[in-house]
Amino acid sequence: MGLKEKIFTKSLYAFHVSSGSCNNCDIEIIDCLTPRYDVERFGITLVGSIKHADVMLCTGSANRLTIPRIKTLYEQMPKPGYVVVWGACGSSRGLFKDSYNTGQPLDEIIPVDVYIPGCPPRPEAVIDGFVKLKEKIMLKGKTR
Amino acid sequence: MKTFDYLFLFLVFPGFLFSASMGLLTGWVDRKVTARLQYRIGPPWYQNFADIIKLFYKETLIPEGVSGGVFFSVPLIAMAAATLVSTILLVINVAPESGFVGDIIVVVYLLMIPPIALMLGGFASGNPLASLGGSREMKLMLSYELPFLLALAVPVMKCGYALSIGEIITRQQSGAPVIASVSGAMSFIVMIFCIQAKLGFVPFDMPEAETELASGPYIEYSGKMLAIFKITKAITLFSLPVLLITLYFGGIDFTLKGFLKNVAEYIAILVIMIAIKNTNPRVRIDQAVRFFWRIPVILAITALVLAYIRL
Repeated sequence: MGLKEKIFTKSLYAFHVSSGSCNNCDIEIIDCLTPRYDVERFGITLVGSIKHADVMLCTGSANRLTIPRIKTLYEQMPKPGYVVVWGACGSSRGLFKDSYNTGQPLDEIIPVDVYIPGCPPRPEAVIDGFVKLKEKIMLKGKTR
Repeated sequence: MKTFDYLFLFLVFPGFLFSASMGLLTGWVDRKVTARLQYRIGPPWYQNFADIIKLFYKETLIPEGVSGGVFFSVPLIAMAAATLVSTILLVINVAPESGFVGDIIVVVYLLMIPPIALMLGGFASGNPLASLGGSREMKLMLSYELPFLLALAVPVMKCGYALSIGEIITRQQSGAPVIASVSGAMSFIVMIFCIQAKLGFVPFDMPEAETELASGPYIEYSGKMLAIFKITKAITLFSLPVLLITLYFGGIDFTLKGFLKNVAEYIAILVIMIAIKNTNPRVRIDQAVRFFWRIPVILAITALVLAYIRL
């Protein structure tokens, strides 16, 4: 654990990737920025470009159309970067497990650091997920 | 020996290090006041410093098909110009006789360089959203430069057509500050609008519109280059209120009472800007051009006429 890891836990820019979700998780992302669960006090900000991001927030089960785009976005993220999967569909393909369209779970496409379960996850669960991500950064000091 | 003095002035105090840290702190004030106005808690004081240090640890990506020379040199040019503005302003505030005739024109030209650099960087990156942001930045610049220059002529006129910042400061300190007159107050109001646009604050932030353009010309910048652009923005955020204090409130006074007054003025200008930022929606680019070429230009011309008849 050095300065680098400590700084990364204090400032995380998140980019939102919707890989075919039902829009429920996407609304919950905005909820976390509102006064009640203000995540900006932990240094988490939503950015508009993947080139600025440290965290990729993936929502939804990856389907055939979005898999190549998710791969491209992961490659475009400046490293070290982390991936957080948000919601039941992204974590385990949920309802769409046997669907013809969702061939692979998300964590077989890109390396995933933290799963936040829930349909959609409550803001408390989201904050807990980010605490887990910070613990992971601090413990492993991993730079991927 | 003189070279080292100049290098120290440019790089440490009151140049790069001092104005960048002050600018980042000012940026935190902006974020915190915004958060409080929205009934949130807001980030801790070191948040902007943490962001910048983190961006220096990140990888810097080179987009495919980019013209590397322009893409990587413009952030440095922008930062150098912004640093030079704050160095000139603060050095002349400390020693008003150290300026030269026409340094206010130099400051005006140097203030134009960061937006031009941002524009060029956006065009060089080859991203359609970035070039759209660059073209909006150009139109915005065309709209705010005219009222800015007209408003700037008022303090120059009030101080006996003095074209050096040092003389403007000494004249105001021996007489009354420019803001204490009708024409001075009018041109100060115009100046606040122009500074809002120069900083890209919310009613006039269409070059980097988060919702449609995904941060506009910055979109392809990552890592260290993005950090340098953020530092440029912070230095500009620090030096523009200092420019207003210099031109309208008689410069920085180094007695205890005068300095406290200066700090109060700085915070007041900042709070006015943040309040405008938080109570207005973003306007379209045509609305911005129409607004700037109508109300502020007419206000500034009226102020000029009033200044000519010594009101």
